[in-house]
Amino acid sequence: MTWVNAVVHGILLGGVYALLASGLALMFGVMRIINLAHGSLALIGAYMAFLLTEHVHITTYLALAPILPGALVAGYVLQRTMLERSLRAGQLVPLLTTFGLLIVIANVLQYFFSPDVHSLDEGRIGATSWNVSSTLAIPWFDVLTLGIAVFVLGSLQLLLRYTQLGRELRATAEDADTAELVGINARAVYARATAIAVATAALAGVFYGMRSSFDPNAGAAQLLYAFEAVVIGGIGSLWGTLWGGIVLGVAQVVGAQINSEYFALSGHVVFLAVLVARSVIQSRGLRLLPRGAG
Amino acid sequence: MSVAVSQAPNVRVQRWTPLSVAFTGGLTGLVVLLAFAPVVLGENTQNNLIQLYFLVIMAMMWNALAGYGGLVSVGQQGFLGIGAYAAVFLSVQHSLNPYLSMLLATLIGGAIAIPVAAVVLWLRNGAFAIATWVVAEAFAILVSLDPNPAIGGGTGTSALLPFNLRYTPQQRLHYTYWAALGAVAVLLLLLFVLLRSRLGGSLQAIRDDEEAAASVGVRVLLGKGILFVVAGAGCAAAGTIILAWQLSILPLGPDSIFGINWTAKMIFMVLVGGLGTFEGPIIGAVALYVLQTYGPNGGVWYFILLGGIAIGFALLLPRGIWGTVQERFNVQLLPVGYRLRDVTTGRGTP
Repeated sequence: MTWVNAVVHGILLGGVYALLASGLALMFGVMRIINLAHGSLALIGAYMAFLLTEHVHITTYLALAPILPGALVAGYVLQRTMLERSLRAGQLVPLLTTFGLLIVIANVLQYFFSPDVHSLDEGRIGATSWNVSSTLAIPWFDVLTLGIAVFVLGSLQLLLRYTQLGRELRATAEDADTAELVGINARAVYARATAIAVATAALAGVFYGMRSSFDPNAGAAQLLYAFEAVVIGGIGSLWGTLWGGIVLGVAQVVGAQINSEYFALSGHVVFLAVLVARSVIQSRGLRLLPRGAG
Repeated sequence: MSVAVSQAPNVRVQRWTPLSVAFTGGLTGLVVLLAFAPVVLGENTQNNLIQLYFLVIMAMMWNALAGYGGLVSVGQQGFLGIGAYAAVFLSVQHSLNPYLSMLLATLIGGAIAIPVAAVVLWLRNGAFAIATWVVAEAFAILVSLDPNPAIGGGTGTSALLPFNLRYTPQQRLHYTYWAALGAVAVLLLLLFVLLRSRLGGSLQAIRDDEEAAASVGVRVLLGKGILFVVAGAGCAAAGTIILAWQLSILPLGPDSIFGINWTAKMIFMVLVGGLGTFEGPIIGAVALYVLQTYGPNGGVWYFILLGGIAIGFALLLPRGIWGTVQERFNVQLLPVGYRLRDVTTGRGTP
């Protein structure tokens, strides 16, 4: 029964990772920009929620009301100022600037909030769970997180598929110059997409903060987990990201069941195993898995 | 050393210029001179120079990957940790001479880079960057889970004992100084020879356009693999010097030997000095050393400054200090590339 428990909780944990990874999947999978500060931006969302709940005395959920629009603006500004310039300078430059941003954010957060751990209150739902059997209890909060992850990924999928912005975004990612020729304002399209990605990151950060405690350096781990979910699921596929998050979550919880210290390690091992498997398959010219990382 | 090109425009291809001959000779002389530092200079200065030396190695290795191979690694701290812990394992656990352990640990770092390369090298750009980081994290966790008392698990370990058993503190300082200077000289020479060989040309082709390079017969994976293994060994060497310098190390956390802050320093040094220039990383290492010595050392402001300056250079001065100088004045002090020189006007282009 402990193993069933581990798998169920792993799937639910996967919801957090899928939510974290959704914005990354949009930027990396569709726009081909890797934002190494993605986890750090999520962490800023969590710290903002902490500020609002602590000083304005509102619930964490209500704190999302100012945080999400703020994150949209922040994402827009980030793209128009830093990322746009980086992209023009070459493929490698966005990596360098967003890594610099990751370091700056971790230390600014440490300056304002100390290196101590913080956590967010998940409200009344935090104490409730669905008692499936005497040994298996499913926390409603985790179900809510997974539901929001499915909702966000589904919305992104619909946005990409059916809206004007989605079509323009796909066209720009395919060939920015040609997109400009047919009248698409590529820079504005990318800025709006980054705004959405950063808003999903902030949302994920707040839910991550309600689920577990965080410190100023937690952004790096969040980035790695989110990225692992994207790659395991197959780059470019939004629903794949959900499965990737779930595989990662199950790997971590099952690993922790074997030995509590294997939690992060088993996730890393599964990720690297997927990479090796893909490289073997790719070198044999087969395409059994979703589009490979590359 | 210059070769005449077939008739047409009156230009010559040259590698060595009088300036670069003078500079390369001067640098060799400087290394010889620096070797006498323990005799002349005080302990503090030697300690500071050791710090500068391992920074130079880290910057050179990161630049070799990113500047010549187009490989942005966020995981070179993994090789620092492997080097340091391998040296602890050999010297504490197996009572080998600590300096011999450092040398062997460097080779172990290179050997471990081979299977890592097989996993990560087929990835591009961002995927490669994060995969290297994951590998570094995995190594850090494995070390922290090692129950062996010499390794010390998550609480870290110290190499004080093997050094103290054989050497007085003053001897340790001198030998560590020479080991660090020797490592800089050997790795500098190795990269210099490597980049001047056929490999150097094929690497630049890979960096500029991988598909085109492959289509004209450049063995892309081999070229990148050689760089990755050299960088793995070089970073392991830097890790062993850090161990000998600070003596105790930790496996986990951003400030540990496996910490991400080392990569922040590498990126800073290479961006400030000049990505893809041979001389740049040395200038970048000096810049970081100056920042550490005269700015806020450690702490949040140091890293905010570090990240901020790196972003600023990437956006505003992407060629870095040396790349800009090179472009402006058309000089190359250590000749790894070729220059065209117009014989009639005497002007050269890099």
